[in-house]
Amino acid sequence: MPGAACASYSDSVTLLATESLTKTYGGRVTALADLTVSVEPGIIGLVGANGAGKSTLIKILLGLLPPTSGRVQVLGLDPTTDPAAVRARVGYMPEHDALPPDLSAAELVTHLGRMSGLPRTVARERASEALRHVGLHEERHRAVGGYSTGMKQRVKLAQALVHDPDLLLLDEPTNGLDPAGRDAMLALVHRIGTEFGISVVVCSHLLGEVERICDTLIAIDGGRLLRADRVAAMTTATDVLAVEVSEGTEELAARLAALDLPVSRDGRLLLVPLADDHTYDLILGAVAELDLPLHRLDQRRHRVAELFAPREPSHV
Amino acid sequence: MSEATGVIHDIGYQRYTGPRLARRQVFGALYGHGVRTVFGFGRSAKAKIFPWLVVAVVTVVAAGVTAVRSQIGEVVLTYAQFADAMSWLVIFFAAVAAPELVSRDLRSGVLPLYFSRPLPRGDYALAKLLALVTSLWLLLGGPQLVMFLGAAFTTDRGLRGVWDELLDLLPGLLYAGLWAVVFASIALLVASLTGKRAFAAGGIVAVFLMTTPVVGVLSILPSRTVNELAFLAAPSSLVSGVGTWALGDRLTQGQEGGIPIGDFGPVYAVVAVLLVAACVSLLLLRYRKVAAR
Repeated sequence: MPGAACASYSDSVTLLATESLTKTYGGRVTALADLTVSVEPGIIGLVGANGAGKSTLIKILLGLLPPTSGRVQVLGLDPTTDPAAVRARVGYMPEHDALPPDLSAAELVTHLGRMSGLPRTVARERASEALRHVGLHEERHRAVGGYSTGMKQRVKLAQALVHDPDLLLLDEPTNGLDPAGRDAMLALVHRIGTEFGISVVVCSHLLGEVERICDTLIAIDGGRLLRADRVAAMTTATDVLAVEVSEGTEELAARLAALDLPVSRDGRLLLVPLADDHTYDLILGAVAELDLPLHRLDQRRHRVAELFAPREPSHV
Repeated sequence: MSEATGVIHDIGYQRYTGPRLARRQVFGALYGHGVRTVFGFGRSAKAKIFPWLVVAVVTVVAAGVTAVRSQIGEVVLTYAQFADAMSWLVIFFAAVAAPELVSRDLRSGVLPLYFSRPLPRGDYALAKLLALVTSLWLLLGGPQLVMFLGAAFTTDRGLRGVWDELLDLLPGLLYAGLWAVVFASIALLVASLTGKRAFAAGGIVAVFLMTTPVVGVLSILPSRTVNELAFLAAPSSLVSGVGTWALGDRLTQGQEGGIPIGDFGPVYAVVAVLLVAACVSLLLLRYRKVAAR
C-alpha cells in the first residue's frame, strides 16, 4: 500500500496548496471560486467537466495568469511572485496541439530543453532519453508532422520531462487517443509518478480514467472544489462485488435480499457491497442453491464518480 | 545509436543535477536559434532557397558594383546608396523571415511550451526581434563588406586608401543597422498578429507598399514644409531621412544624393525612434496577451 508508506513523509511536504483562490475574467465570468486545497506529492487527478476551471488552475500554478484573489503555492514557491523559479521545476503538457510539424521530435525537445536552461549537449542527451522513456526512440528523427496522435502526445510528454522537473502538469494527456493509446498513456504517467519519482497532476474530464492511476483526486465543478482526498480514503469502504448470472437474475436478487444483503441492480449486474470474505461465501452459496449459471463474480471499486455525485439518500 | 546491435539495457530514469543556465544564456540560445532559422539552418532544403537566393542577389550586386568601380575608377554606389537600392529586397527578405520566426510558432501552438518555461515572455519576443535585426543587418552588411574588400584591394593609394575606405564603410554599416532595426520592428510586429505565414508576409509587404505612394503625394503638394516632412510617411524614406540628417556627407560621399528634408532632420530621428519604440511596445503587449491565453 503506497499510501501508508509515504504518509509520514508527506506530512511535511506540500506539493501544491491554494487558499481561497479565486479567478474572475472581466469581473463577470468566474473560473475559480474560493478554491482551497492542499495536496501531497504523488499522482494527483484533477477532474471536472470541460470549463470547470482546470486549465485556469494550471495557468495560475504556472504563473501565467495572476489570480484575482487568494494565495497559491507550488513546491513551496509562489508562482505569482517568482514564476521563473516555479517553471524551472515544473513540466507542462498542454491540452491542444503544440508541435511544429516540420521539426523532428529530437530537434524540438532538444530546443525546448535548452529553453529550460540545459546546456547544449545535455539538452541533446536528455531529449533523446526523454523520447526513449516515452517510447519514441526509433522515430525521433522524423518530422513530427507525420506522427500519429498518440506519438504527438508522447512528444508533448517528453518535452515536459526533458529538464527533469519535480512536478508535471498534464492537461488532458489522453485527449484524442484510442482506448489502447489511452491505456498506454496512463500506464506511462503512472510509471513517471512511481518509478521516476516525479509528482504528476493529471487533468481530465474522465474520472474513470484517472482514478485508476492516481493516489489523490481533486474534483472541481464550476470553479468550486467538490472534494479533494486520497483515492484510498474515498474507496476503501465502498468496494462492491459485481455478480452476473446468465439467467435467473431476479431469483438471485430476491435470495440475496432474503440473506440481508443490500443488493442493487445495475443493468444485468447485481451489486453487493463487500463487507468481508463472508460476503463471497453467501453469494456463491446462493448461486449454488439456485443452480444458476454464474457468469462472473468480481470485486470492483465503487466508481469514484458516485462519490462526487450529489449525495443521495440511497448512498450509505 | 539506434543501429547498435547489443542488448539495450533500460537504465531507468536519470535525475539531472548538473548546471542550469541563467536567463541571459537561454535568451542567447533562443536568439541564435532565431538567426539560424532565418537563414534556413537546421531546416529543410526548401526553407533555405529563398534566404540564400536573396543573399546571392545582394552579393552579386555588391560584387558587380565593385568591379565596375575598379574599372572606371569612380564610385558607382556608396555604401548607404547600396542599402537604399537594396531596400525592396530587404523588405521581401523580412516578409519571409519574420513570419518564419513568429507566425510559425503562433500557428503550431508551440508558444505554451515556451511560456511554461522560466524564460519571461518578453524575452521570447525580444530574442526573435534581435535575431531578425541581426539577420537584416548581415544581409546588408555582408555585401558592404564585399564592396569594402574590393575597394581596399584595388585602391592605388596604399594603406591611406584602405583607411579612407574604412571610414566610408563604418557609416554605411551604421546606416544598414538603422534599416535593420526599423524594418525588423515593423515586420515582426505585423507577423506576430497572425499565425498564417502568407497573410503575415502579405501584410508586411503591404505596410511598405501602401505607404510609399503617400510619400509621393505629399511631396508634390504645394507646401515646402509638407514636402520636406513627406518622407516621414513611409518607413523606407523615413530611414533615408534619418540617414541624411545623421550621416549627411559621409552617406553620399560628396555625390548628389540624400533626400530634401530641409531642417527637419531631428524630427526624422525622433519619429524613427518613436516608431521603433511603439513597435516594440506593441510586440511585447501582444505577447503578454498571447501568453495568458
